[in-house]
Amino acid sequence: MMLDLQLIWAGLIAVAVLLYVTLDGFDLGVGILFPFARSKEERDVMMNTIAPVWDGNETWLVLGGGGLLAAFPLAYSVLMPALYLPVLLMLAGLILRGVAFEFRFRARNRGRKFWTQMFAGGSILTAVAQGLILGGFIQGVTVENQRFAGGTFDWLTPYTLLVAAGVVAGYALLGGAWLMMKTTDNLHGDARRWTLAAAAAVGALLAAVSVATLFVHPRIAERWGFGAGGSLTVDWSVLTPLLLIPALGLAGLALVAVMARRGSHRWPFAGALAVFLSGYMGLAASFMPTIVPYDIDFRQAAAPDNALGLMLVGTSVILPLILAYTGWVYWVFRGKISEETGYHH
Amino acid sequence: MEFDALLLSRLQFAFTIAFHILFPAFTIGLAAFLAVLEGLWLWTKRDAFKVLYLFWVKIFALSFGMGVVSGVVLSYQFGTNWSEFIRLTGGVIGPLLAYEVLTAFFLEASFLGVMLFGWKKVGPRLHFLATVLVAVGTTISAFWILSANSWMQTPQGFEIMADGRFQATDYWQVIFNPSFPSRLTHMLLAAFLTTGLVVGAASAYRVLKERAGPPVAGWTESRISLVMALGLIAVLAPLQLLAGHWSGEVAHEYQPSKLAAIEGYWESRADQPLVLFGIPDREAQTNHLEVALPGVGNWIQNVPRDEVIQGLDAVPREDQPPPFIPFFGFRVMVGLGLLMILLGGVGAVLLWRRRLFESRWFLRFCVAMGPAGFIAVLAGWMVTEVGRQPWVVYGVLRTRDALSPVTAGEVATSLIAYMIVYAIVFSAGAIFILRLMAEGPVAALAEPAPPQDRAPGSPLARAPENTTPGEGG
Repeated sequence: MMLDLQLIWAGLIAVAVLLYVTLDGFDLGVGILFPFARSKEERDVMMNTIAPVWDGNETWLVLGGGGLLAAFPLAYSVLMPALYLPVLLMLAGLILRGVAFEFRFRARNRGRKFWTQMFAGGSILTAVAQGLILGGFIQGVTVENQRFAGGTFDWLTPYTLLVAAGVVAGYALLGGAWLMMKTTDNLHGDARRWTLAAAAAVGALLAAVSVATLFVHPRIAERWGFGAGGSLTVDWSVLTPLLLIPALGLAGLALVAVMARRGSHRWPFAGALAVFLSGYMGLAASFMPTIVPYDIDFRQAAAPDNALGLMLVGTSVILPLILAYTGWVYWVFRGKISEETGYHH
Repeated sequence: MEFDALLLSRLQFAFTIAFHILFPAFTIGLAAFLAVLEGLWLWTKRDAFKVLYLFWVKIFALSFGMGVVSGVVLSYQFGTNWSEFIRLTGGVIGPLLAYEVLTAFFLEASFLGVMLFGWKKVGPRLHFLATVLVAVGTTISAFWILSANSWMQTPQGFEIMADGRFQATDYWQVIFNPSFPSRLTHMLLAAFLTTGLVVGAASAYRVLKERAGPPVAGWTESRISLVMALGLIAVLAPLQLLAGHWSGEVAHEYQPSKLAAIEGYWESRADQPLVLFGIPDREAQTNHLEVALPGVGNWIQNVPRDEVIQGLDAVPREDQPPPFIPFFGFRVMVGLGLLMILLGGVGAVLLWRRRLFESRWFLRFCVAMGPAGFIAVLAGWMVTEVGRQPWVVYGVLRTRDALSPVTAGEVATSLIAYMIVYAIVFSAGAIFILRLMAEGPVAALAEPAPPQDRAPGSPLARAPENTTPGEGG
């Protein structure tokens, strides 16, 4: 049996990126919500809910980058220069928030205030930059002769800024729902309010981004059955099955809103995950099989088969192990964290 | 010299990787040290080992965090600044980097959480396992990254396809390329020595401080860790000399122009001298102010006296590495290495004569040698990376052909941004670490024992246990 290695690797990287977005999404979201916390104690608890797992979450980003490098070197070598400055912003944000975990607990007075701000600012910067990267990706990248051939600020348009706002709201939604699961009392109440506000923002922004995306590139609109050949017609046979994707997103938002009001601690997080899954599937439906919109598909960008094969051998053993011990770590740190008792510096 | 995108990208890579390498160089050894301490504590039940563990794990957490964030930068920088390198060779070294993520990064990141925050949530044995796995992860990471870097030094097991892209013909040859075994050994020993020197310096500082007064809390712990560190240095520093020599022999065989730059040889000849000092001048193709021992160069290289050792004249000028940094970097590294051997040897003698803790000058020597490992590692990496120039893959792909299509303005922006962010982050980190070291192991005792059995020193230390009913915990 011949395995379609290129397709398998495209799928694996897509899954890694989705895992990254949802996992680091909630801990970036906690950072985004940091400025809204009432007190230092609340912020301590918020940080404690993610302290044991953020590093593992971020590793999926390294796998996404490293996997793209290894499996689709052409895509990696075109996208990174195209998104040079947003990638820089993302890395700067990740550095500042990453060290803030330890530094905030080591610092005194002014220093602690500074690292609190760096944690929030770094998380927001990371989310904005990832939104710009996503927006720049959807807009398409200018490629000539297998190399990036566009300009320095191609990624900065009203559309990408809209996407960035959507990503910030989305991460805040995940973060708020995570905090609802992990906290009690006042903080839990705050988290519920944040979650509901973020859900409203996500609903509005997701709708705006979806509509805007249809206008960004005719090819996407065509994919969804709109206006083939520039007309305002709708091909319902194409659109109808695809409508399940936005339906999943709406169901997710409804789940967040309804269950948060009913006092559920866990369902809102599941709803937020559904929203992300829907957005991700929407992207997949718009872009498959393109890996660098709109010129390079994943087969053109793939590494030689022997490289893909070598990696698949190890991955098929190691990835289940990684998932198993990652799950175990989440199990070890399961349940509520609460803010009472002496937590002084 | 024009500050174009190429030069700025090289400066940026050098800057970001130089900062990054400090942390793996330290945490590889420190993770192993922590595993040993926790193992000893489980085995002997002596509280001193636990105190030492709880103290050094705080420093580990700080260093590891900085290593993680500075490492993420590198995994993206290959693409942002060296995209042609990846486009062409990604099919060969990509899998090595991917395996590093899969086999090392996840292991480290996941079990670090348990190591720092899971003290009694998982019980002592599982916690010990977590520490060991973190230590194993750091070493596996070194394995893959050294393999990839060594392939760039001594490439083999590949072919170049019609479109210029590289394809592996034999991954075994790619991974176990000729310079890999010696360079991995050299780097791991360097990492352990770096940790030993830091632990030794921090411990010696406390011993010096507590020498005069009556015994205070934590004083035995500092003495124990001082002895452990010196023992490690006494054994490993001489071995490192051999490992370094092994690396030199491999370079002699596979990268003669690098060796020539290191040794300051401009002329290919038999019976080379040993150049102790000089100022290499690329324009004049000679050394100024040279101080050399005639007749021993071949002997040092383990090459018969009548055999020719290649000089820089053997390659066209545009293929010569810039000689200045390899020449001086090498001498700094070797000089520090000899001091480490001296430190280990004298320390062993003093310990034998039971005068270690009273000898003020020696304790000060230990403190002064604290940063020696870091400096030697940086010097050594500069030797090997600059010595590889003008190639990014030795003899096959030039550095200037590896560059991304980026503008000088973009790279200048990112370089300045990294300098600002790193200046803030790493000076703060250094202050936190030095503050802890100045306090000594007593810092681990000072924090009140956590009522709910979480690891002291962690942000969760004083957070209450899981109190949700029905969830065990």
